[in-house]
Amino acid sequence: MSEEHLRNTVKAIKERFEVQEAEMKYPIALLIPADKIVEVCRTLRDEFGFNFLADLTASDYWPETEPRMHAIYNLYSHSENDRIALRVPLNGDSLSLPTIESIFKAANWQERELWDMFGIHIEGHSDLRRILMPEDWVGHPLRKDYPLGYEEPQFSFNYDDIDKRKHKATYKEA
Amino acid sequence: MFETTEVTLDELKHLVSERALKGETVLLNMGPQHPSTHGVLRLLLELDGEVIINIIPDVGFLHTGIEKNMESKTYEKAAVMTDRLDYLNTTGNVLAYCLAIERLAELDVPPRAQAVRVIICELQRIASHLVWLGTHALDLAAMSVFLYCFREREAILDILEMCSGQRMMTTFFRPGGLWRDVPPDFEIAVRRFIRMFPPRIDQYHALLTKNPIFMDRTRNIGKISAEAAVDWGLSGPPLRGSGVAIDLRKTQPYSGYEQYDFDIPTGTHGDVYDRYLVRMEEMRQSLRIIQQALDKLPIGPVRSNNRKYVPPPRSELGTSMEAVIHHFKLWTEGFILPKGSVYSPVESPRGELGVYLESNGGPKPHRVHWRTPSFIHLQALPVMSRGHLVADLVGIIGSVDIVLGDADR
Repeated sequence: MSEEHLRNTVKAIKERFEVQEAEMKYPIALLIPADKIVEVCRTLRDEFGFNFLADLTASDYWPETEPRMHAIYNLYSHSENDRIALRVPLNGDSLSLPTIESIFKAANWQERELWDMFGIHIEGHSDLRRILMPEDWVGHPLRKDYPLGYEEPQFSFNYDDIDKRKHKATYKEA
Repeated sequence: MFETTEVTLDELKHLVSERALKGETVLLNMGPQHPSTHGVLRLLLELDGEVIINIIPDVGFLHTGIEKNMESKTYEKAAVMTDRLDYLNTTGNVLAYCLAIERLAELDVPPRAQAVRVIICELQRIASHLVWLGTHALDLAAMSVFLYCFREREAILDILEMCSGQRMMTTFFRPGGLWRDVPPDFEIAVRRFIRMFPPRIDQYHALLTKNPIFMDRTRNIGKISAEAAVDWGLSGPPLRGSGVAIDLRKTQPYSGYEQYDFDIPTGTHGDVYDRYLVRMEEMRQSLRIIQQALDKLPIGPVRSNNRKYVPPPRSELGTSMEAVIHHFKLWTEGFILPKGSVYSPVESPRGELGVYLESNGGPKPHRVHWRTPSFIHLQALPVMSRGHLVADLVGIIGSVDIVLGDADR
């Protein structure tokens, strides 16, 4: 791993896009606002050789709202053998990201997974459907406010309240 | 807060070509119950006669919510679930998870544990490649290879059973080292295996490599160029089959791989045949690594002595109050990782297996994400198979070597 190339890359990106370093143990990470992520990815690929989108995921910080989530891009450079991470904070109600499909084709399914699991809307995505959950699923399971399987017991005093919230399968005449 | 979404046919229109809407091509379902999709993968094929125009892969039938489940378990308990992801590379999954924890906690791993980890992971890689080879050949109508491959795999599973008591879901690696030391017979059994195995690889070569039927069905099929392979995020044998010599064991070594001498086999055409040759050669290289690791297998402890993460041995509990406290804390609350996040990749038999682990300073992970190679590789399937026949598709799926437990998590 060439430490020097990585240091230069981080320095150049920080200066050119006026961004800060983010806290991450490994690899070194930059905090990028959502509107700059496409340009940063393109610059990293074209000028600094980060040609491989290794991973794209998110992390939810509910009940905090600023940031509500971080989207985390992990890039890998085959030629320089360096890794870099980009963390994109997403606040409160504006959970949307621009697509980077035009830069890395591998982002297609990973962005669909972000939509499916976290409900982050990907703007400009060519095929934004659910990928792992069934297409009629309600909710986004990896959000922290999504319960892990436990059901609230239904008693006579709260029967109607809970009944209203239940998602029911409906039968439609063909 | 959630609204119901309904998917209409209009929303799927953009996935098929214009001709499908006019009725000139046929849409055909392959899977989810189909033997050559290696699990529950559904492919929606758009066909012109027998020629594939487009493929729309549909995954998620095996989604078990492991990432969500891990958030509700302590770090040590969550390790058990990692085996269930890629069920042909169980030890590799646990290794990736343990490395992420060790990186975040700056936990040391004794040299003996590192060497044993390498040996077991390479054995597992051979076992995984044997399942791939057997099923791949079976898909292409070579029945006998399957039987031979599973015979050899049995020997590896016996070694895993000898170490951990389990044949597949071993959870033999723990944060900070191994669950326990390997038994005295381990070295003998592994040496017997690496003596027995090279002639068997020659047998597989004799059965397949120059077999005209096999060559006809694999050469110039499912081609992907080096640039496209990188762009689509391929890693592991599919990437190396296209001629890109990236192997994380070599480029970003972990667990002491830098001490061992081995080659990275690469292909030139990026077709099914090259991916086959790459994996066949990888098995030989794995044997080389095992041989070297066995020859200089250090003697010593197999688990770190850091009592904040690793429980004390049973013998200490009777004499040391501190050991009792550590024991109690570790088995009730679990250990606490410092706040932070880390991405830790390893080279699984299928490609780059990465773990993104985030801790909020508590005893349970805040977020665990698995970057699984099968998931990423499946989206490149349409690129590889456009213009080929349906019969070739089973060969292409086999050559990508997907495990649906790995893809759907």
